[in-house]
Amino acid sequence: MTDVAATDLPADVQTLIGELQYEEQGEFPVERGYFWTSAASVENANPIFWDDAVADEITDGPVAPLTLLSAWFRPHHWAPGRTVEKLPLQIHFDLKARFGLPEAIMTENVTTFHEPIRPGDLITSAQRLVSVSDEQTRRLGTGRFWVIDVEYRNQHGELCGVERWTGFGYRRDA
Amino acid sequence: MTTLEKISVGDVLPDLAYDVTSTTVVLGALASRDWRPMHHDHHFAVERQGVQDIFLNSPNQGAWLERFVTDWTGPKGRLGRLRFKMRKPIFPGDTMVIEGVVRDVSVDASACGWVELDLTIRVGDVICTESEAKVAVPTSPDDNPWQRHGDTWNP
Repeated sequence: MTDVAATDLPADVQTLIGELQYEEQGEFPVERGYFWTSAASVENANPIFWDDAVADEITDGPVAPLTLLSAWFRPHHWAPGRTVEKLPLQIHFDLKARFGLPEAIMTENVTTFHEPIRPGDLITSAQRLVSVSDEQTRRLGTGRFWVIDVEYRNQHGELCGVERWTGFGYRRDA
Repeated sequence: MTTLEKISVGDVLPDLAYDVTSTTVVLGALASRDWRPMHHDHHFAVERQGVQDIFLNSPNQGAWLERFVTDWTGPKGRLGRLRFKMRKPIFPGDTMVIEGVVRDVSVDASACGWVELDLTIRVGDVICTESEAKVAVPTSPDDNPWQRHGDTWNP
């Protein structure tokens, strides 16, 4: 359904499929406080997050909860001099605007985890449009599905993870 | 500590039940740097999104699933892949129950032991989130999946 290329895709969107876009470094070095806040938010007692001796033995030092991956590219809610809200997953918002679809939801996420992320890492993310579907009507309204990959690499160029998001941009049917 | 030879297809993981509150939702959203208002602003969630309340965000649901899996594997369990599909939101006041069952057990070409799990997050009789996880577990007491890098880590 969602991986099938659309037959009516505008040329300007077609040329973006497979292209790496919005490569950018996270706004701050990875900090350990987020590891604890994340683990606390789900009452995760895994000792690799809480006990340095265990982390040294098992993971060669502290590592971030793996599912915290997307946090490292989410922009600050506000920053000095920023006049336009900076959005995560910009391709998603580009497609909403391009197709005039005011609403959108994320329907599926698949994340593959590679090198663990550690305190002080500088994470670079880049987005890639994988596919866009033909227009179709679902319970929420009429619109298109799209699939976007976000790749994360550390300052050594090592792949830390890939998130694959499936979104559905739509307009409510009258 | 769980090792691969102790795991069989069909094994059922211990359920995790949790009473979700507004604090659960807001803490989870902010912990994952998700500032979108439907995860902290009741009025926005109700009036703009048309749902009954603020609801758990995607990365925090991932964090709950990660915790659920590693509660079972122990600290040497290393998540390789996590897929989840959200069917219905999870709201404050819900008691969510995370359940899991072993779908496959295997060893790959680099001798890494893998377990594939089918997971759900349920509220009452309603499945809110469907998930699949692939987690590496030690093949012996001396094995440690976290020591795998590059060609020896193929999630």
